[in-house]
Amino acid sequence: MKKGHILGIGVIAIAIVIIITMMGSASTYESFNTARTMAINGNDKAIHVVGELKKNTTGNVVGIEVGEDKTSFHFMMVDNDGVEQKVFYNEPVPADFHRSEQVVVIGSYKRDDLFVADKILMKCPSKYQEEV
Amino acid sequence: MVILVFVSSIVTAFSYYKYTLANELERAGWRKFSRISFYVHAVASIAVVAILFNIIYNFRFEYFYAYSHASRALPVHYMISSFWEGQEGSFLLWIFWNVVLGIVLVHTNKSWEGPVMVVFALVQAFLVSMILGVVIGDLKIGSSPFILLRDVSNAPIFSIDPNFVPEDGTGLNPLLQNIWMVIHPPTLFLGYASTLVPFAYLMGGLATGRYKEWIRPALPWTIFSAFILGMGIMMGAYWAYVTLNFGGYWNWDPVENASYVPWLILVASIHTMITYKKSSTALKTSIVLVITSFILVLYATFLVRSGVLGDTSVHSFTDLGLSGQLLIYLLFFLFVAIFISAKVWKHIPSSEKEASVYSREFWIFIGATTLSLMAFQVILPTSIPVFNAVIESFGGISNMAPPANQEEFYSKFQLWFAVALAILTGVGQFFWWKKMDKKALKDALTVPYVIAMIVSAIIITLGKVYNISYIVIVVAGAFTIIANGTILIKILRKSSFKLAGGSLAHIGLGMILIGVMFSSGYSQVISTNMSGLTYKKDWEDELNKENVLLWINKPLQMLEYDVIYRGRHKKVSGVPGYVSVNKLQSTEKVNEAIALADIEVKGKTYHKKGEKVEIVLEENSYFEIEYYKGDDYKFTLYPMSQPNPTMGLISSPDSKWFVGKDLYTHISAINDYDEPEWKDDEFYEASPGEQFHISDYVTTFESGEVLDEVEGLNLKEGDVAVQANLIIYDNDIEKRLKPIFIISGNQVGRVPVIDQELGVKVELNNIIPEENKFSFKVNRYQKDYVVMKAMVKPHINILWAGTLLMLIGFGVAIYRRYDEFIKMRDKGLE
Repeated sequence: MKKGHILGIGVIAIAIVIIITMMGSASTYESFNTARTMAINGNDKAIHVVGELKKNTTGNVVGIEVGEDKTSFHFMMVDNDGVEQKVFYNEPVPADFHRSEQVVVIGSYKRDDLFVADKILMKCPSKYQEEV
Repeated sequence: MVILVFVSSIVTAFSYYKYTLANELERAGWRKFSRISFYVHAVASIAVVAILFNIIYNFRFEYFYAYSHASRALPVHYMISSFWEGQEGSFLLWIFWNVVLGIVLVHTNKSWEGPVMVVFALVQAFLVSMILGVVIGDLKIGSSPFILLRDVSNAPIFSIDPNFVPEDGTGLNPLLQNIWMVIHPPTLFLGYASTLVPFAYLMGGLATGRYKEWIRPALPWTIFSAFILGMGIMMGAYWAYVTLNFGGYWNWDPVENASYVPWLILVASIHTMITYKKSSTALKTSIVLVITSFILVLYATFLVRSGVLGDTSVHSFTDLGLSGQLLIYLLFFLFVAIFISAKVWKHIPSSEKEASVYSREFWIFIGATTLSLMAFQVILPTSIPVFNAVIESFGGISNMAPPANQEEFYSKFQLWFAVALAILTGVGQFFWWKKMDKKALKDALTVPYVIAMIVSAIIITLGKVYNISYIVIVVAGAFTIIANGTILIKILRKSSFKLAGGSLAHIGLGMILIGVMFSSGYSQVISTNMSGLTYKKDWEDELNKENVLLWINKPLQMLEYDVIYRGRHKKVSGVPGYVSVNKLQSTEKVNEAIALADIEVKGKTYHKKGEKVEIVLEENSYFEIEYYKGDDYKFTLYPMSQPNPTMGLISSPDSKWFVGKDLYTHISAINDYDEPEWKDDEFYEASPGEQFHISDYVTTFESGEVLDEVEGLNLKEGDVAVQANLIIYDNDIEKRLKPIFIISGNQVGRVPVIDQELGVKVELNNIIPEENKFSFKVNRYQKDYVVMKAMVKPHINILWAGTLLMLIGFGVAIYRRYDEFIKMRDKGLE
């Protein structure tokens, strides 16, 4: 076999390893229900859940409880299936948090009734809508 | 005007095409015409840029672009940032750079002018179409930066008064209000724009049958492109490090990845092109790489601007409905490139001989392959949203999300690839300068290898690096530095500095590797709560709290430091350092305040009490954090924070630079004390000289004092004004509060004092002369606080130094290759 071929095979092998690892490491978008099922089955991989903050009838965000030392907080989130869930985040409340239209939490269930977010992504009303 | 730019670019493309094909007689005429049309295009493009800048500069808020990206409070240099904050402006910037590059090319080339400029003008046509803003039926082509606000907004005000012009714009994203952000985007876009040059040479070369001659003119431009793009990326990283809050210089964000990947491929193509020049191999590889780097730039543009990234990125642009257009742009050049290359593929000379393991070609080829694999590994997961979109457009359902821990995921591969690269450069450089066989290689490598081992051992011991993979990185990095350093010394001794580019850049790589390892691998959050006080709640205490709450004036122990938060400050123009908010009272006007006390720094008085001062960006507050070690005061940091109405709290860290590390301090949350909700009234009675408590504060009522005059009030005959002098103690701080009580005729007036830092409002409510007692009304609010995070980043300066060195290496290489091109051109051997 020529060296070129060995090299080619090596490159392809590394490329395949890269693809497989990507597939393995890639997270998924779930709902709270599927996420809980995963946690019960012992799968504690971090997943993405998309939803919004719980609001009362007048449109105000409810359910945010800031920890005493202000470095962590709990909040209520409603996912796209309408399931409500208490979420904990071990960081101070992001300042535009209550204004976010959509939140994505990345994390997993640590307890049966508590979803712990490692990271929160927020989609805030863009400037384009701001002036209306 | 934009239309003129568009039309002129198409005319230019067409006429340069004719020029390229024209016979000797007609050539001169076509050339003249092409140049004229190109210059029309250039002037028109620059005019469009000037007009847009003028709109921003003069605050013409009737234009949507000015309204949404500028505001009156912005200093001039940030207006430049306003210019490219929006998508349209950044396209304009790109167009502008292409024009500049085009002008340079027209003047430095002879026979290449025609074909190269065809490609150039075509690219320009596509770019300009992005800002055309022409609507034909349902089809919208481009998004114009010159839309009027009233055409975009459906705010009710416009139906009442169609000529309404807002007073002020919504301003520049505060994260971008940083000097690096003024220069980073233009650099990056110049980098993007310049990838077009090698691509244009390549296309021109392939189309005109000069399958290999294109390399010489293209090479300096490829290096230039890698130089500028690399510089742009590092500026972005530095900006992220000094202003963003994720605590690092690189976040593996899709937008960052999108610029990193083309850069990797560019660097790979530089290496294969150099190989080709030396030994006539790797021509096909170079062609593929040059095309790939250009297409990747377009792909990056598509990712960032089409909105496909959606919520996976913090800094992608909003979707302007250009995704289709961007896709056409991308696919057009992809197909043209593949078509042209495929057509002539069999004519491209390639060498049949197998590269020997002891040849430099072999090693460089492996290096280029490694770079390509690195690029592949990054671009694949970055494209996950694209895969989802594709699957969904075919009716499938895909719920794949990017890896949850991106840093770990990417670093895992990139780090090892980089180690491989480092070793390859060390070995490869020896092959480069000499013919090698087994024995010669052994001889040449032994010395650097031994030195590298010794140096690594020293670094490992001193830096306490005990993690096995980190040790490997140190060794690889040290080996690169030493091996390339050896070569560098040899070059400098024997020949000219001109040839040193490669070794310099490689030494830079080694330093970057070591810098990254230390600053990321050994970065340590020091703001963990060491007070021993925990805040209940079972398992939560197990989690690492990376933030600490600092009440004003109250010291807190944080690893080896004690920190105290001392209050808010502003930047006042003309005054070095920061000025405490206690000395400033803001006025109605933006960025203006009245000095409540003399403002002096180091004995020099900059402003007298009562003077008007100009604040630099009033919304920015700087939080004074004092660091102590034991009882010794060490230094003070002023991290910035801005409560922004649109974006929430925007924070920029402040760092203390040591030789061996940076200490990075960042505000995560602040007390907003704009409109405090005062708690219920509390009443206290005290006689002069008495001590009492206002909430937790020990307070001394020093004396009552009859005033002859009260600032801002006209005391009439018979009026009485009494001031109570209170001293409030908070930890080591004494605050003097002086509420005033006034009797004027039958009326009673009270001038309360508010101390926002302590969160108290004190009013002299009444005086009871019979008992010699004063009655105070007190309202409380939250005492001022900050929640902050502090981190130590060891040896990050090695990283920045390595980057600089690498850039210098690129610079030297550009000079050498360009010099070569000019000499050959003047000999007529272009």
